[in-house]
Amino acid sequence: MIALLAEVPYWGQSLLRVLGGLVAVLLPAGTIVYVFLFKMMSFMQSRLGPMEAGPYGSMQLFAEVGKWLQKEDIVPDRADSRIFKMAPIIVLVSTFLLVVVVPFGPEAWFTDFETGVFYALAVSSVSVLGILIAGWSSANKYSLLGGLRAAGQLIAYELPMVLAVMGVVIQAGTMNLQKIVVAQNTGSMFGIDAIGHPYVISQFFGFIIFMIAIQAELTQAPFDMPIAESELVSGYMTEYSGFRFLIFFIGEFATAGVFAMIASVLFLGGWGVPFTWFGWNSIDDVANWMNIVGPLIMFTKMMLLVFVIMWIRFSYPRLREDQLQRFAWKGLIPVALVNIMVTAILKVVF
Amino acid sequence: MIAQNIGFWIIAIVMIGAALRVVTTNNVVHAALWLVVVLAGAAAQYILLAAEFVAVTQVLVYIGAVMVLFLFGTMLTRARIGAESDLNNSYKKLGIPVGLVMLVAMGLALTDSFGDEKLPESAKVVSTQEISDQIFGPYLLPFWALSFVLLAAVVGAIVLARKD
Repeated sequence: MIALLAEVPYWGQSLLRVLGGLVAVLLPAGTIVYVFLFKMMSFMQSRLGPMEAGPYGSMQLFAEVGKWLQKEDIVPDRADSRIFKMAPIIVLVSTFLLVVVVPFGPEAWFTDFETGVFYALAVSSVSVLGILIAGWSSANKYSLLGGLRAAGQLIAYELPMVLAVMGVVIQAGTMNLQKIVVAQNTGSMFGIDAIGHPYVISQFFGFIIFMIAIQAELTQAPFDMPIAESELVSGYMTEYSGFRFLIFFIGEFATAGVFAMIASVLFLGGWGVPFTWFGWNSIDDVANWMNIVGPLIMFTKMMLLVFVIMWIRFSYPRLREDQLQRFAWKGLIPVALVNIMVTAILKVVF
Repeated sequence: MIAQNIGFWIIAIVMIGAALRVVTTNNVVHAALWLVVVLAGAAAQYILLAAEFVAVTQVLVYIGAVMVLFLFGTMLTRARIGAESDLNNSYKKLGIPVGLVMLVAMGLALTDSFGDEKLPESAKVVSTQEISDQIFGPYLLPFWALSFVLLAAVVGAIVLARKD
């Protein structure tokens, strides 16, 4: 892939990267919305879901996007219109910045960032800014409350997320996501290397904490107080309509996809298969076809993790605001700290 | 003039403009958002200097945490939409000279100590491992001292916030 890209001029490479980024963000987002939000939720509630547009309702998404795009772009009279219009874009941009560090194959990556994990955590915290100013600039008390709740929740759950990732970083000895994938697929457990060493086994507590934390970071039920429709109309999104609401909507599910990809890289071995299956020793031996198969493996793992996220979302009732904060500060963070300590001790001992 | 220099000047001009807007704007939230632009510009400058780790830390700490807390606090207490008339006060007369003195002092200190040094042609990316080796090696004591300062600040905040 690199050899192929080397002949393309720089502007062409940049264009390809942007196109690749769009595909890597929008394709999972669309698939997640159709498969889980439209179909899985419907089946769990004993109904069929969209059936009219296209075979089995599969074109419903295009109909929805078309509907949103032609709606009027309303800005409330007393809102701060410039910031009101800027807020959804900040949220979506942070998702696009996030996908940049995710490796999809041995050579299929956008950038091989040495501090990839750290970068992903930093960039994901930028979306809080967009949500906060969306709530404020709407000039609506429900929006403001939703924005404040979102900010409090995202700050609280960012800590367990960072701490859970620490365990993986300690075990892999690197913050580079590509090297974390390689470390998992070349590793072995008790001398058995048939399935490599996916960190979901040795970092099981880290994995659980990480999944709970991203459930809260994505504001999916049972952590959806910022947009609690029975209390706050629709939280910080109340005043948004038309394509600005669409941007928030895409941002929500695209971020779910990207976070699931990062979780699969950190805990499930990412794009790779255990290298011993094909007799590879290091990343340089990996066959070229993995650049095609790797993204598909990633996509499968991502769908699996998003399935879990959505399953929990459709099954559990909403927590109360104080329960949510207590759960993060008194439950998840101490467990995550103990997890880091134990991992560090075991790393030094073995 | 190489590409990095052009990038530096573009980002620097944006940063100066945004910094001026921080102090001249009539709305607290707008001021905070202009400050975000300044801090993001600083992160971009770090990337131009091939200091990835520092740049990411800048984004994580200043944009992701400090500014979010700043906005959070402002919105909880006072965050009117539109211009506020009482944001500019007479301290301006004192503030501008102090700012100028700081600028001259820092400029002198920088040119005095690094004025003749030249950056290497091809900037080498400093690996995170080198930074951590430095922090947890020769700079361990200052690092610990710094964390005690932060702890003291946290305890102080709790004491101030307690009602009883």
